[in-house]
Amino acid sequence: MLRFLPALTLLAMLGPVAAGLWGTALPAFGHLPAASLTGPSLDPFRNLFGWAGLGAAVRLSVMSGLIATSVSLAIVVFITASWSRTRSFSVLERMLSPLLSVPHAAAAFGLAFLIAPSGWVARLLSPALTGWDRPPDLLIVQDPLGLAMIAGLVVKEVPFLMLMTIAAMGQAQPRRSLLVAQALGYGRLTGWLKTVFPRVYTQIRLPVYVVIAYSMSIVDVAVILGPSTPPTLSVQIVKWMSDPDLSMRLTGAAAALLQLALVIGALGLWWCGERIVARLGHRWIMSGGRGKFDTPIRAFSLGLGSISAFTILFGLAGLAVWSFAAFWSFPNVLPDSFTLRTWGRHGPDAIATLGETFLVAGIAVLLALALVLGCLEAEHRSGRGLTRRGLWLLYLPLLVPQTAFLPGLQTLLLNLGADVGRLPVIFAHLVFVLPYVFLSLGDPWRSWDIRYATVASALGARPSTVFWQVRVPMLLRPILTATSVGIAVSVGQYLATLLIGGGRVSTLTTEAVALASGGDRRAIGVYGLMQTLAALVPFTLALIIPTILWRNRRGLHE
Amino acid sequence: MKHIVLIAALVAPTFTLANPDPSDWDAVTAEANGQTVYWNAWGGSTTTNDFLAWVGDRVLEDYGVVLEHVKLTDTADAVTRVLSEKQAGEDDDGAIDMIWINGSNFAAMKDADLLFGPYAEQLPNWAVVDVEGKTVQTDFTVPIEGYESPWAMAQVVFVQNTATMPDELGSMEELLEWAQANPGRFSYPQPPDFLGTTFLKQALVDILEDLSVLQTPATDENYSEVTAPLWAYLDALTPHLWRMGRAYPATGTAMFPLIADGELDLSISFSPGAASTAITNFELPDTVRTFVLDKGTIGNASFVAIPYNSGSAAGAMVVANFLMSPEAQARAQDPNILGYGTVLNMDALSADEREAFDALELGVATLSPVELGSVQAEPHPSWMTRIADDWAERYGTGQ
Repeated sequence: MLRFLPALTLLAMLGPVAAGLWGTALPAFGHLPAASLTGPSLDPFRNLFGWAGLGAAVRLSVMSGLIATSVSLAIVVFITASWSRTRSFSVLERMLSPLLSVPHAAAAFGLAFLIAPSGWVARLLSPALTGWDRPPDLLIVQDPLGLAMIAGLVVKEVPFLMLMTIAAMGQAQPRRSLLVAQALGYGRLTGWLKTVFPRVYTQIRLPVYVVIAYSMSIVDVAVILGPSTPPTLSVQIVKWMSDPDLSMRLTGAAAALLQLALVIGALGLWWCGERIVARLGHRWIMSGGRGKFDTPIRAFSLGLGSISAFTILFGLAGLAVWSFAAFWSFPNVLPDSFTLRTWGRHGPDAIATLGETFLVAGIAVLLALALVLGCLEAEHRSGRGLTRRGLWLLYLPLLVPQTAFLPGLQTLLLNLGADVGRLPVIFAHLVFVLPYVFLSLGDPWRSWDIRYATVASALGARPSTVFWQVRVPMLLRPILTATSVGIAVSVGQYLATLLIGGGRVSTLTTEAVALASGGDRRAIGVYGLMQTLAALVPFTLALIIPTILWRNRRGLHE
Repeated sequence: MKHIVLIAALVAPTFTLANPDPSDWDAVTAEANGQTVYWNAWGGSTTTNDFLAWVGDRVLEDYGVVLEHVKLTDTADAVTRVLSEKQAGEDDDGAIDMIWINGSNFAAMKDADLLFGPYAEQLPNWAVVDVEGKTVQTDFTVPIEGYESPWAMAQVVFVQNTATMPDELGSMEELLEWAQANPGRFSYPQPPDFLGTTFLKQALVDILEDLSVLQTPATDENYSEVTAPLWAYLDALTPHLWRMGRAYPATGTAMFPLIADGELDLSISFSPGAASTAITNFELPDTVRTFVLDKGTIGNASFVAIPYNSGSAAGAMVVANFLMSPEAQARAQDPNILGYGTVLNMDALSADEREAFDALELGVATLSPVELGSVQAEPHPSWMTRIADDWAERYGTGQ
């Protein structure tokens, strides 16, 4: 049984992606029997290229992906370079980890509440400093360049890349290199960049690629913060896919393939950029400069990192205040009065939706845990580790843009007669949950000292006894962390729930994004907050449970 | 009688399940008992969601029908869903049992034979519907022929904050002049949002001298000429819109917070009572009032339709019928609840039933039926489709 688990895991992850791409490719070339259209034909692409907004939509997707990734990576690298092993760094680290689990949509709502012309920042400064007694007519949210959307992506990707970097540092052994560099007179930042960064980047390369693909194709953040005249390509794909005119689906499918090509192209571009940076970096290292600008960059990076963390925190606080607000107009910093009315109206529904959200997340994460633990145990027993190719396969579902394969998957599921509703949604979530659970559990699992197993075996324990009674209890903390990561991933899924669930499955995320179009900030506050709690509470439990459970075995988790 | 129906239902379940006969109401209610109806309806408005939840409680109580509100961001999603189901051969129990629908979505579904029916005019409560005075038998000029049933009347009103904009406007021309004098204080939802396209229609209807051409489908020959004044009007208006027309609110209700914050002085709504309701919910300041244009404004009805592949058509008909009941209609018209216009003929109601309507306080910002004035007819959907496409081309992609 255990032998088949790796194959089964791959199937669960890649099967839906492959099937979805097939389901997208057919209509993209004019084959959609439902609309009595049989291909092959190039008309869908002709229509796509005839759309006046295509240039801007493509530019938006590519630019937001590349810029958001560059900025997030720069912030993370400079912070790590100049602050790792300091107290500020551990404070930041502790703040960033829970922020990772804040759903994208909630963070985007929070950001919008902050930076809009009538947002909290403007309210704090008005009218005393700005002289505004009415919000200025400024295009901040939904700006044509997508800057607000990029900011929304950055504040969410910084925690992700940060944690990936911290994990990578464990293997890069930066301390000795840094000591040598500093002994040679290099500044902390320059020394880190020259001696540690190349090794760390090799480790976080795939996560960086994921951030590129994700930022280019995300729908919920783009709907909330991105421009609409035209929107990003991914948002437009979802619009075409839901047009009552069936032939629009063909255009949407063609656009989905274009989106895929764009992501591949952007990844290629980034790959070329890596080469260039490597060459320039090499020259820079050889030049022997000890780092003149270390001090300002250190301060600047810490500033940016803190802003990105505080943006999420204040954004969430904004959601909370709105959810309790009675009448609240500009430029008042706080509402006229507070009321429980909004919670009274939405609380019961939100709690019912929370149940559904946890049901979907719970089953998906349990399946993922079973598969991942099985794979890791199979890996351990057979002695064959995850190859480089295996790692790529693991990342593949995260690299293929969601908008490229989920619409096709929806069509295929229907063709198969698969019952719409919860079950397909759970399997669609599994596609995204699996890689993250695998990634967050893999390293701690492998770094477990196998001499414990040897000792246990010597005492007569069978492999399964070793697994259940020694390894799992000892690795309880990473297992629970992986569980909470998986739940956060599932809670945050928008497109997979919307398209595969056919509207019958509503989670906190789909409800919140649906409310976004209505602009009721109080209701959005309730759902955004619930969404955040749904992701954060498991995370907190993962920290607390092992401490309580093993309170008299503290050495077990050190 | 009931026993016979039950026995018939048991003996020939496949027949009755596949095709409940709307004229045999006892059979319909018997079959509906225990069914779950997935009603796909726009979910962006809290007040509407609350009303739908109440409808759910009531039909469960009276008929044992479980109503689930599937909240949509766009009604077209539901249309697409039914289309994909047809494509996949899911003809018996689709995901959707009922859709809040009108206009081009209805025309598209009727055209593609995706609807169950005809059923509307066989429902018991059809007897009290105002067939003469309200547009309940055509939907954007398309004959309904019983494939959808009405549940609310809507009419365009302009929503103004009198604290910052004291005067009413009488025409689209005056709106343009006012916008030029007060740049950045007006906007409309981005088409193809239904309220956004309605604003375009309202502009066209107000500008045009001869409206008869809009009652027939647009043709390649007359389209450019008829709509030319509209584009000239929008070219003049757009630079003076909120954000200079480079961004638009997503929907009508999304404009409420903009008014509350003072970003906008003026917006548009398709529900005469929505502003009053929003005031009671803290979403609008109490200085907000509504007005209509001198020549009147566009009005239409909201309908529900049942997809051809609904597995709970009987339950859906029970809900559709309940929506047309005096009880539901009076509640929908209450501005503290929803503030929607009724589709019923007051003269056809009993004195008790009428009393519920007369007792309603319409709210500070709601115009009385007399003040609402004359209703202008919706143009044929083909106009809207073309205008929405053209709008996207001209203003929706240029940034």
